Amino acid sequence: MYDVAVIGAGIIGTFITRELSKFDLKTIMIDKETDIANGTTKANSAIVHAGYDAKPNTLKGKLNAKGNAMYGDICEELDVHFKRIGSFVIATNEEEMESVKALYERGCKNNIPDMKILSQEEVREMEPNLNEDIIGALYAPTAGIVSPWELAVALAENAADNGAKIQLETEVISIDKNEDGYVIHTNNGEIKAKYIFNCAGVYADKINEMVGSKTFTIHPRRGQYNILDKSVGEIVNHVIFQAPTKLGKGVLVAPTVHGNLLIGPDAEDIDDKENTATTSERIEFIREKSRKTTNKVPFNTTITSFAGLRAVPSTGDFIIEESKEAKGFINVAGIESPGLSAAPAIAEYAVDILKGIIGELKEKEGFNPRRRPVIRFMELSDEEKAEIIKKDPRYGRIICRCENITEGEIVDAIHRNAGGRTVDGIKRRVRPGMGRCQGGFCGPRVMEILARELKMDIKDVVKDSKASYILTEETKQNNQKVVEENIEADKVS
Amino acid sequence: MKYDIVVIGGGPAGLAAAIEAKKNGVDNILVIERDRELGGILQQCIHNGFGLHVFKEELTGPEYAEKFITELKNMGIEYKLDTMVLEIGENKVISAINTVDGFMSIKAGAVILAMGCRERTRGAINIPGTRPAGVFTAGTAQRFVNMEGYMVGKRVVILGSGDIGLIMARRMTLEGAKVLAVAELMPFSGGLTRNIVQCLEDYDIPLFLSHTLVEIKGKDRVEGVVIAKVDENRKPIKGTEKHYDCDTLLLSVGLIPENELSKNAGIKLDSITSGPIVNESMETSIEGVFACGNVVHVHDLVDFVTAESKRAGKNAARYIKKEIKSEGKTAKTKPGDGIRYIVPHMVRPENVEDTLDLFMRVDNVYKDMEMVVKVDGKEIKRMKKKHLAPGEMESVKIKKEDLVFGEDAIITVHLEKEGA
Repeated sequence: MYDVAVIGAGIIGTFITRELSKFDLKTIMIDKETDIANGTTKANSAIVHAGYDAKPNTLKGKLNAKGNAMYGDICEELDVHFKRIGSFVIATNEEEMESVKALYERGCKNNIPDMKILSQEEVREMEPNLNEDIIGALYAPTAGIVSPWELAVALAENAADNGAKIQLETEVISIDKNEDGYVIHTNNGEIKAKYIFNCAGVYADKINEMVGSKTFTIHPRRGQYNILDKSVGEIVNHVIFQAPTKLGKGVLVAPTVHGNLLIGPDAEDIDDKENTATTSERIEFIREKSRKTTNKVPFNTTITSFAGLRAVPSTGDFIIEESKEAKGFINVAGIESPGLSAAPAIAEYAVDILKGIIGELKEKEGFNPRRRPVIRFMELSDEEKAEIIKKDPRYGRIICRCENITEGEIVDAIHRNAGGRTVDGIKRRVRPGMGRCQGGFCGPRVMEILARELKMDIKDVVKDSKASYILTEETKQNNQKVVEENIEADKVS
Repeated sequence: MKYDIVVIGGGPAGLAAAIEAKKNGVDNILVIERDRELGGILQQCIHNGFGLHVFKEELTGPEYAEKFITELKNMGIEYKLDTMVLEIGENKVISAINTVDGFMSIKAGAVILAMGCRERTRGAINIPGTRPAGVFTAGTAQRFVNMEGYMVGKRVVILGSGDIGLIMARRMTLEGAKVLAVAELMPFSGGLTRNIVQCLEDYDIPLFLSHTLVEIKGKDRVEGVVIAKVDENRKPIKGTEKHYDCDTLLLSVGLIPENELSKNAGIKLDSITSGPIVNESMETSIEGVFACGNVVHVHDLVDFVTAESKRAGKNAARYIKKEIKSEGKTAKTKPGDGIRYIVPHMVRPENVEDTLDLFMRVDNVYKDMEMVVKVDGKEIKRMKKKHLAPGEMESVKIKKEDLVFGEDAIITVHLEKEGA
């Protein structure tokens, strides 16, 4: 019997699980996917918003700025890339300048620190590659960029280090209420828990309906992006938004924490909660839109396109509350933008609701907020590189040529708590395959290492989901070798 | 560590360059290879057809590579495998790592860049749709099938008609897979004619020119693809879509010279070839740094890589022996009508021995043309060409005595309609 079950291992589920691991609670986090962060968390803008955008009397408004302020410490504790690079909202005409000013006013109400309205000259000075017709911008220095899936993995790992259990490939089929709490029926057995956090992203409405009536719905809204090569990552230095107009919110142009350039997203309401396909029309659309910010983006250096889903709630605001129909069942649903930014604050807020239900929670003795630091080989000095290879020669073997990722880093990423077990899982943790060759060279090597370290057949190594097999069978010649070896073995015996 | 010449890359280019440098009197040479064996991509090219020009016989890739590897070893040239160059720094100091020597700082008298190329990926050409397993570049599939011993799929569609894609169409068929179609965006193939015949026609695999891929289907593994005809602007034409049920998509949509090291070292690159700008000695914009093979421009025959690399090796040796002259006149080469690029980009006649070879690609398929070479405005050569295609590299030999010009001269090559 668990005290708490967290359904969903996205950024919200992992933040809550890590928060719960600070207390004397028996906690389990489950997810239907093969990896942490495999839904909305793996495909979004990766922006930690300053918090001027959300309406002050909403949960979004309350939690965004608070979450933003928490990011520095958390990312430091967990050794996750986070850069507070600041954001611009640019205006190209007087009407847009009005909306920039309105955002400034709202930001003041939300107590966003150090905002400033920049003149045309100041914009040019700080961002020389933006288009000349930009007449001003709202500058919010507290905005930042992060790697959302790295953060979710780090949170899960730290939660596991502190005693929480993580169980992947576990899809909730139904939930029964009883006197002690809940029985969660899954494809992977029953899980009993006194309390449940519903962090199921686009499926949070379905999970909620398993314990009560339809009190809200979650609609998937798809957004498409382009990621460009690191060689053009420095076209902008800040996150550049376009001023919202009657025609929509525009797209952003931003560097990523790893030095690539990100363009997107659009917004398209769709019906299918699994539909993360890209379309040529929409990719063309975001490219065209981005030209309003800067026409200096060389799209021929695009390394990949992707689409993500936002979990849009029917209520218009984050839904973070105990279900009125199911005691001890806490919905943390409809976490669309600025969900990533608000996530640390959402976790505290959600766990406070649990505290309200249980009474005070006992803090865990020996809770360790830090996870073992990650060795990022290319970020080391020459001396440190020499030192680490001496200690562990696997750091002297580069597996991913584009991102210069060593075997040592990949092996470490497999064996950590909440380690990667798929090609994409390793890619998200340490980046082989994230570069310009997109795994062309390193793919076979990563599979080899996964098979070796996890003691599995290389044919069973998958790209991402369980059914995403990569190799089909041995070649005729290889098969022949096996047959011959068997004959030899028979002769000997 | 200190070497007269450090060769980065132990594929056909690096091997030929190192051997030639040694033959020209430099002993202290190191070849650095990032893979587990020498030979580069040739090791996974188990089909034959290599070496017709150099050895006058048909060899497989590994056989061709083996000849050079044996020669290199017999000559006692040093090499390091599984070793990655991280940076070419100031004064030709190279940082490299491996598991045995750890972090190395290697001072080179001259450097020869021979890093080869990589394949263009799905992301680079923006194929829309889902992102399932089962999408491979042709070269990755080739490595899996030929070196690792595993098949990557059973029902295959290939996008792009580059040589590796064509060869993999045949290879997959021989291994028991069904190759349903090859779609090519351009109205002509990017591969050699002999590969179209021997790899597609012989196996009844249809080639659809002026077609592209408009969708990938499948959430976990590829379940199907949709290809469509394109108009003259290479945009898909609505209503021409063809659906294929397949589990695998191979991409053979072009190769890009791997010049990240060169770029970071500050070497000037040509925006058309994506390789370094080089002179007649295959020297880049940094003195004493030479380049050869696919890192300079993508070749279709390894024999040409070998020839070019020998030139780089020889000249690197001459550089070490201070035999290269940097004074004297320099002409630039300039592609004229019908020509996409010319390598080398600059010519100093002082350093040309007897003849100068210019290598180039045409920008379209042409029939019955004349290729005209002019030096400083004066026509020095005119050759009849029955058939020209972008997939087949052209070369022109110029005699040293024709390289006579004034200041700021230009050497041009262009195409004219025969008899025009």
